[in-house]
Amino acid sequence: MPSAVDRLAVRGAGQLAGRLRDAAAAAFVTLVLALPLVGLRTVDQGGALVLETRWDWVAIGVAAVFVGRLALGLFAHLRLRVPRVVPRVAQGVAMPWLAWAVAGFAVALPFLPFADRYVIDLGTTLLIYVMLGWGLNVVVGLAGLLDLGYVAFYAVGAYAYALLALNFSLSFWICLPLAGLLAALFGIALGFPVLRLRGDYLAIVTLGFGEMVRIILINWQSLTNGPNGLPSIPRPSFFGLPFERAPAEGTTSFHQFFGLDFAPEHRLIFLYLLILALALLTNVFVLRLRRLPLGRAWEALREDEIACRALGINPTNVKLSAFAIGAMLGGFAGAFFATRQGFISPESFTFIESATIVAIVVLGGMGSQIGVVLAAAFLVLLPEIGREFAQFRMLVFGLAMILIMIWRPQGLLGHREPTVRLGRAAAPRP
Amino acid sequence: MLALTGVHAHYGPIEALRGVDLEVAHGEIVAMIGANGAGKSTLLMTICGAPVPSAGRILFDGADIAGLPTFEIVRRGIAQVPEGRRIFPRMTVLENLQMGAAAGDATPSALAAGLERAFALFPVLAERRTQRGGTLSGGEQQMLSIARALMARPRLLLLDEPSLGLAPMVVKQIFQVIGEINRAGTTVLLVEQNAYHALRLAHRGYVMAQGRVVMSGSGAALLADPDVRAAYLEGGAKPPPGA
Ligand SMILES: Nc1ncnc2c1ncn2[C@@H]1O[C@H](COP(=O)(O)OP(=O)(O)OP(=O)(O)O)[C@@H](O)[C@H]1O
Ligand SMILES: [Mg+2]
Repeated sequence: MPSAVDRLAVRGAGQLAGRLRDAAAAAFVTLVLALPLVGLRTVDQGGALVLETRWDWVAIGVAAVFVGRLALGLFAHLRLRVPRVVPRVAQGVAMPWLAWAVAGFAVALPFLPFADRYVIDLGTTLLIYVMLGWGLNVVVGLAGLLDLGYVAFYAVGAYAYALLALNFSLSFWICLPLAGLLAALFGIALGFPVLRLRGDYLAIVTLGFGEMVRIILINWQSLTNGPNGLPSIPRPSFFGLPFERAPAEGTTSFHQFFGLDFAPEHRLIFLYLLILALALLTNVFVLRLRRLPLGRAWEALREDEIACRALGINPTNVKLSAFAIGAMLGGFAGAFFATRQGFISPESFTFIESATIVAIVVLGGMGSQIGVVLAAAFLVLLPEIGREFAQFRMLVFGLAMILIMIWRPQGLLGHREPTVRLGRAAAPRP
Repeated sequence: MLALTGVHAHYGPIEALRGVDLEVAHGEIVAMIGANGAGKSTLLMTICGAPVPSAGRILFDGADIAGLPTFEIVRRGIAQVPEGRRIFPRMTVLENLQMGAAAGDATPSALAAGLERAFALFPVLAERRTQRGGTLSGGEQQMLSIARALMARPRLLLLDEPSLGLAPMVVKQIFQVIGEINRAGTTVLLVEQNAYHALRLAHRGYVMAQGRVVMSGSGAALLADPDVRAAYLEGGAKPPPGA
C-alpha cells in the first residue's frame, strides 16, 4: 500500500508532467511566432536586400519562454502572496492621503533641486497622458463605452489650436476653449452612428474613426499641410508676456517684466504648471460630474442599459454627453500638446497613442482617478527608465503589462469609490 | 388609467403577444398570472415601449403611448420593477435609489423625501445604504428594485415576479409592502407565478396563456375557480399552512 508521501510524490510528478507539457506548448507558440519575426531579417548590403537568419536568437527566445512558463507554473502559488504588497495601498483606505501627496509633489516638482530640463519635460509629458487618461476615463471608465479612437479628439484639439493660432493669430486662452468645443463636436459626430453599439463592435468602429481622422489629416494638404505637419505654432505667453530672450519691438518679455535673468527653463516650468492646472481642473470637473445626476447616469448605463431605460433615462443623451465631454477633455490636451511642441504632424496621432491611453485607463482600474495617475506614471516612466536597454524597452513594457494583469486583473486601483456616503453629500475627494 | 386593446408584440418572427385586452383602473391592484412563457413579462415590457407593439393601442390617462420611447413613457408616470431586479451591482444602495429619481423631481428636497419614503417601506435598506447593490441578498435586492422604481413617484407601478426566489417570510413582507404602496395611492399591475398571494392581494386578476388573456375576474373569484386552481395552485404554489 503506498504511503501518503508516495501518493504526494506521484501527484507531484503528474503535476510536473502537466507543467512541462504546458511550457512546451508555450515554447512551441513562441517558435512559430519567432521563426519569421525574429529568425529572418532583411539587411541592406550594397543596395541589395539580403536575408539574414538569426536562429540563435530564436533558440534563446524559445528557451526563455519555456523556462519562464515552467517557473510561472511551478511557482503559481506565489501569485497569491505577491499581490498583497500592491493592494495594501490600493484598498482605498489610504486614498485621500495618497491623492493629496501626489498632487502636492506634482506642484512642488519644478522647484525641487533635482528638477532639471529633462525632469520637467518628462513631467509635462506624463501630465498630458494623465489628462488624456482622465478624459478617456469618462467614456471608458464611467460610461463603459470602449473607445479605441480617442487619439482622434487629441488630434482635433491639436490641429484646431494650431490652425486657429497660425491663421487668425488668436491667443492660447481663446484657442483652448475653441479647440475643446471642436473636439466635443467631433465626439458627438462619432457618438451618433455608434449609439447602438457596445463592447467589441463599438471598439472596432471607434478604432476606425481614429484612423479616419489621421488619414484625413495626412491627405487634406491644403488645410493641414499633410504629412509635413504644421511648424512654428505660436508658443504660449505668460498672460501676454512672451518667454523670449529678445522680445519683439514694443513688447516686454517674461524675464524683463519680473526682472529676472533670461532662462529657457522659465517656459518649461510655465508649460508644466499649465498642464498641471489643466489636469487638476479636469480632475475636479470629472469628480464633480460623477456626483451629479449626469455622472451617475453614465455609471448606471455602464452597469445596465435596460434598467436605465426603465428608470426613464434617455440613453442617447447620456451616451452622447459622455462622448462629447470625453472628447472635449482630449481636445484640451491636444491644444496644449500643440503649443508645447510648436510643431504637429499626423505622426503624433497614431493608433499606438489610443492604445496607450486605453491601457492607462484599464491598468488604472476603470473609473479610478488616482489609478489613472499611477498607470500613466508607469506607462510613461517605464520606457524612460528602460532607455539604456533601448532594444528591450518594448519587451520590458510587455512583461510589466502581463505581470500587472496577473496580479491586478481589475487594474491597479479597481476599487470604485461611492459618490455618496451615509446619506449626506460625499466628503470631497481630490 | 391604463387600457390595452388588441395589443400584439413580436420578437423578430416570434409573436409573444397575440391581441391582449386589459384594463387597470386608478387605485387598483391588478394581478396577472400565467404559465412560463405566456408572455407576461413581454406584456409589461411592451407597456414600457420595448418591444414596440406591432398592433393595438395602449392608452395611459387617455393618451396613446404605443410607440413612444421608453424614457418618455416612464416620465409620464409608469415605473417598472423588471424581471430579475436589474439593480446596478457596483453602485451603492443610495446611488441606486438616486438613479430611480431620474425620471421624477430631482431637487434635493424631493430626493430626501423619496429616500425617507423608501426607508420607511424597507427599513433594511436604510441599514444597507452604503453597501454595493451586487452584494445585497436576493430579498434585499428585490426591495431595492421596488424602492428604486418608487423614487420617481410613479402613478402606475408594474411589478414583474417580485416574489421570485424569495423565502416565504420575505414573500409575505414584499406583498404586504405592495399593499401599502397601493393604499398610499399608487396603482399596481402585478405579474406573478405565486398565484395564491397575488390573487389574494389583488382587486382583480387576469390569466394569460400563449400571448392572450384567457380569463379575468375579481381576485377572489379567480382564486375559487376550479380551472385556475388546477393550473396554478394545486400543483404549484400552495397556500402555506395556516395562511
Ligand atoms: N428578447 C426576446 N427575444 C426573443 N424571444 C423572446 C424574448 N423575450 C421573450 N421571448 C419569448 O416570448 C415568449 C414570452 O416570454 P415572456 O418572458 O414574456 O414570458 P413570461 O410569461 O414572462 O414567462 P415567465 O413566467 O417564465 O417569466 C416566450 O416564448 C419567450 O421565449
Ligand atoms: Mg417573465
